[in-house]
Amino acid sequence: MENFYLGASIFLCLLVLLCLYRVVFGPTIIDRIVGVGAIGTKTLVVLALMGFIYGRIEMFLDIVMVYAILNFIGTLAAAKYFEGRGEI
Amino acid sequence: MEIVKIISIVFILTGCFLFTTGTIGLLRFPDFYSRMHATGKGDTLAVLICLIGLALYHGFHHGAILDSIKLVVVAVFIFLANPTATHAISRAAFRCGVKPWTRGGNK
Repeated sequence: MENFYLGASIFLCLLVLLCLYRVVFGPTIIDRIVGVGAIGTKTLVVLALMGFIYGRIEMFLDIVMVYAILNFIGTLAAAKYFEGRGEI
Repeated sequence: MEIVKIISIVFILTGCFLFTTGTIGLLRFPDFYSRMHATGKGDTLAVLICLIGLALYHGFHHGAILDSIKLVVVAVFIFLANPTATHAISRAAFRCGVKPWTRGGNK
């Protein structure tokens, strides 16, 4: 079962590399924010899978919760900032 | 192999498939709103399915129920928070004047 989790983690890391294209070459800055949000969502699942691989799920789950909240607040703060500024 | 492991593997593979479709949409769609559409819906369902599959594998017996409930709480939080973030950022883009893509082009 650990080998399956390791394979799924490696696959998600490859998807993170694909998302990084949108972060680096995004036409507008708001595309980059969307790319960072997608990478954060994938990182969440990779962290949970790593908790199962190392057998210390109780420690990694707290990191997963904090990462979810920080990802949400970061995206919301960027949205509020660009909405108040009125241009991109 | 137990039936729970098979269900967990099926859930995680479905989540990986939905992540793949979201990433392809993020890379290939022509404008900001359609990219937002692909990654907002696909990633939300993918995280939900992956975390619930992990919670099913971890089990709900005595001694593991706290971690499983934490996984379900994270899944519910993502299910509420990710559409909120998607809505907020697409509203910000609309108020900033990002034009939606049309077939004829709107340059």
